[in-house]
Amino acid sequence: MAEVAFAAAVQDLIDALGRLPGVGPKSAQRIAFHLLKADAEESSRLAAAILAAKERVGFCEVCFNLSEEARCEICSDDRRDGHVVCVVEEPRDVVAIERTREFRGRYHVLQGAIDHLQGVGPEQLRIRELLARVTAEQVTEVIICTNPNLEGEATALFLTKMLDVPGLVVSRIANGLPVGGDLEYADELTLGRALEGRRVVAGPAPAE
Amino acid sequence: MSLYRDDAVVLRTYKLGEADRVVVLLGRATGKVRAVAKGVRRTRSKFGSRLEPGSQVQVQLHEGRGELDLVTQVETIEARPNLRADMSRVAHAAALLEVVDLVAPDREPVARRYDMLVGALGVVEERDPPLLPAAFYLKLLAAEGVAPEFRECVVCAAVDTEVGFAVEAGGVRCRSCGGGRSISDEALAVCRAVLGGGLSVVLDLPDGDVTREVDSLATAIVEAHLERRLRSVRVLHTT
Ligand SMILES: [Zn+2]
Ligand SMILES: [Zn+2]
Repeated sequence: MAEVAFAAAVQDLIDALGRLPGVGPKSAQRIAFHLLKADAEESSRLAAAILAAKERVGFCEVCFNLSEEARCEICSDDRRDGHVVCVVEEPRDVVAIERTREFRGRYHVLQGAIDHLQGVGPEQLRIRELLARVTAEQVTEVIICTNPNLEGEATALFLTKMLDVPGLVVSRIANGLPVGGDLEYADELTLGRALEGRRVVAGPAPAE
Repeated sequence: MSLYRDDAVVLRTYKLGEADRVVVLLGRATGKVRAVAKGVRRTRSKFGSRLEPGSQVQVQLHEGRGELDLVTQVETIEARPNLRADMSRVAHAAALLEVVDLVAPDREPVARRYDMLVGALGVVEERDPPLLPAAFYLKLLAAEGVAPEFRECVVCAAVDTEVGFAVEAGGVRCRSCGGGRSISDEALAVCRAVLGGGLSVVLDLPDGDVTREVDSLATAIVEAHLERRLRSVRVLHTT
């Protein structure tokens, strides 16, 4: 089958879209053709939205979440408990935790996770800034909410070591089974951890 | 297109699309293959933790048209929860996986390579000896037919007066030929033991100057062979 070549401008658009996360070559083509078929106004709106967001949105100087101001909404809200800091990998994790409405403290976004196989070390993350915050803001508890995968756990291990500060409580988000699932489908690590992290619902506490 | 089964170790994974990952597997019978695991990043995925780097699993794969196959079933052979219990184990397991990934060509079945990796991961899981990664690099190079020479001088074949190791030449150099990075008698003895049937003694050595010297030398040797720096080692040094 002969390669069908697109006009250079079309190919440039496909390439640019294809570099976005989660967009494969096929999706890039689909989006490009959609844009080319649609009104010129739709493309202008999209281009303007990208430029405006890029211009206005940066990272919060305190927690490194996405923010339009130097300090994000959560960091500037004094109803939030500044003594409890929840550490996450990415801004989208803040959104996920906020949706639970269970957490009233503040956040710290690492902007990634330690990944030995990709060569991402702690110096490439916002860890130094976290350690500085713990002392400067009189933090009493740090909740480590990195992903429950290998990279997130390596990051949690490293943070645990670095956060060995007298009087500071360091906790790790619990591992367990997804609500609504069947036990028999759980993988061994998840099920093992869920057993390890069981809680007493009646009777005296078991011996350690 | 057909289905096939194999025992495999997950060497690494990378994100694909919204919720998928490509998993790079070292199959015992099929060699290194890349396969798509659909939906594996969702917390409700049926694959769960089974396709994380270092997992030893039995997989069923659907042969793809291109270079990517599709994972259709995964069962755990060994979960090895300790591999993520501390920083040292995480780093050591990553080093083994990275080196095997770089050494193994796609779809070249070498059962011995798989068995060595599984054996080494088991040792890290169980007791994580300081010299395990170094010993693994040297044994792996030997198994690949490029064993470093620790017995006789690579220039003049003299024995017993080795004082240096020429990393590019992959062997020791004697006192009169000179050159190479200097190597202590103790480290040389350890390297010889690794390749000469003394592995269990070597793995019992506690962390110290000699183990660190051997680790650094073996890393340099394997990096010279691969013609690239190991990412996991760089991260290890910053954690
Ligand atoms: Zn903030
Ligand atoms: Zn010589």
